[in-house]
Amino acid sequence: MAAVSTAEDPGLLRSLAARPAVLVALIVFSIILACAILAPWIAPASPARMSVRARLSPPFGDYLLGADAFGRDVLSRLLYAGRVSLLIGLGTAVISTAVGIVIGLAAGFFRRLDAPLSRLIDAMMAFPDILLAIALVAVLGGSIANVVLALSIVYTPRIARIVRAATLVIRELPFVEAARALGSSNLSIMAWHVLPNIVSPVTVQATFIFAYAMLAEAGLSFLGVGVDPSIPTWGTMINEGRQYIDQALYLILFPGIAISFAVLSLQLIGDGLRDALDPRLAKDV
Amino acid sequence: MRNYILKRLFGMVVVVFLVLTIAFVLVRLAPGDPAALMLGPDATPADTAALRARLGLDQPILIQYVTFIGHALRGDLGRSLFFNEPVLSVLAHRAEPTAFLALFSLLFSVAIAVPIGIFVAYRRGTVADQTAVSGAMLAASVPSFWTGLILQRWLATDLGWFPASGYGGPDASFLDRMGYLILPSFVLGIVNSALILRFCRASMLDVLGEDYIRTARSKGMSESRVVLRHALKNAAIPIVTVIGLTFALLVSGAVVTERVFNIPGMGNLVVGAVLRRDYPVIQGTLIVVATLYILINLGVDLLYLLIDRRVRY
Repeated sequence: MAAVSTAEDPGLLRSLAARPAVLVALIVFSIILACAILAPWIAPASPARMSVRARLSPPFGDYLLGADAFGRDVLSRLLYAGRVSLLIGLGTAVISTAVGIVIGLAAGFFRRLDAPLSRLIDAMMAFPDILLAIALVAVLGGSIANVVLALSIVYTPRIARIVRAATLVIRELPFVEAARALGSSNLSIMAWHVLPNIVSPVTVQATFIFAYAMLAEAGLSFLGVGVDPSIPTWGTMINEGRQYIDQALYLILFPGIAISFAVLSLQLIGDGLRDALDPRLAKDV
Repeated sequence: MRNYILKRLFGMVVVVFLVLTIAFVLVRLAPGDPAALMLGPDATPADTAALRARLGLDQPILIQYVTFIGHALRGDLGRSLFFNEPVLSVLAHRAEPTAFLALFSLLFSVAIAVPIGIFVAYRRGTVADQTAVSGAMLAASVPSFWTGLILQRWLATDLGWFPASGYGGPDASFLDRMGYLILPSFVLGIVNSALILRFCRASMLDVLGEDYIRTARSKGMSESRVVLRHALKNAAIPIVTVIGLTFALLVSGAVVTERVFNIPGMGNLVVGAVLRRDYPVIQGTLIVVATLYILINLGVDLLYLLIDRRVRY
């Protein structure tokens, strides 16, 4: 097999953790992830329980992070919202990566498919991401699954473009020629020789897409064209809190901080992965 | 070179054609009848049938496609269901604030990012450098609408330095209207400056390591002259590319920022169109924005020819 060092490399975690910023990011993201997964057990209250008496109670009183306009506990909502926001980010990253790899491999490997697929990728990438996502959600409807589908359509071309570029280089390398001479089929060359060598750039890009998709979801929810407003996400929380910005800034402060921490840590992890997986790419960008 | 330009123009025509096709398919992805969706649950079957006929949805799909492309090529992107006006004229009425918002925020982000990027590339590895790089990453991680809401509350509502929202009344002068865009442009500019700063710093670092920079220094040329005359000129290409690419970011950001500051631009129009199920407006905006993006990137590529004499296609 012709793979260079990939994710199985035992030194990966160690080299990731060698950079203090990446280590901190890994810890922060693990905490956010754990909070989201454990929300039903660690949340102090149900995210939907209303209490008239608690309306807009400020933070650090009876409620650690305050209560919203319906008297719902902000901390509990924040924890549950994290589940949805992270799920949308992860779902988008997984689907767009899987589909992007198939399209990118096809474009890079089969010369006949290259021109039409590449032009299609160019055309998809001409639409600004939020705008295309808005249009897709408008047409498909605002369920969590449809938001994931819409964002996956938006981000698939990015993966496809990277996979195509890498495949174009790899398919000319001697070991691919050798495999072909030994009678390997196209499918097995792609699976056993090309795919292992594009794992690094794809993993890095998937991490960034995870981050972008979370930002985009927040943007869609803020605009009121994302998931159903009754589902708490960090974006819908900011959108709801907006009306009370003069009395209760904390309603938008905490979800905003949560998104920023999640996205920042993912971006730092992506940068760290890029440096660790492919030292040739480790530039100071 | 003429061949290159012709090839690029041909490629552009193909991509614009695909953009039109995607916009055509997109509206038809709707589960069920688009006409029924647009009119909402209260519509009578007769209304729905009338709208289907008006939009040509009763025709075979191939005829619909050919008609759509034919109209689009003549600049007819259909009529808005809500405004009952041609989509292009609805968009044209909303273009001014969006165009100036995008332009000002681009100017803000270039003014912030390019000098800082050059400076920290020159002082690579110092505290200033690390601060700038981390700051850029943070700016790219914070949702722009969130920054917008916080700055709006602080600088406009509390301190009263800027108008909090809107775009002046119908009688507002041009300068008044532009005054409403200062804070929104700044907010959007911060987000975009992150990308420009990272690119600017990286391309300066590449250039500063080149032999001709060492030669210039050994000739006894002053440092400011080395950086500004020799290095910046050669680092300009990647910087110009990224400025072209941020157009898409600017438009996405403008959609959200207009909502925060309640600016009656194309972003607010699209969001309103989604809530009103005004599909022709959504479709038209996508087509116009994507075509602009394609034209701007073509312009950027051609600009290379002017900036760098070494580039020969």
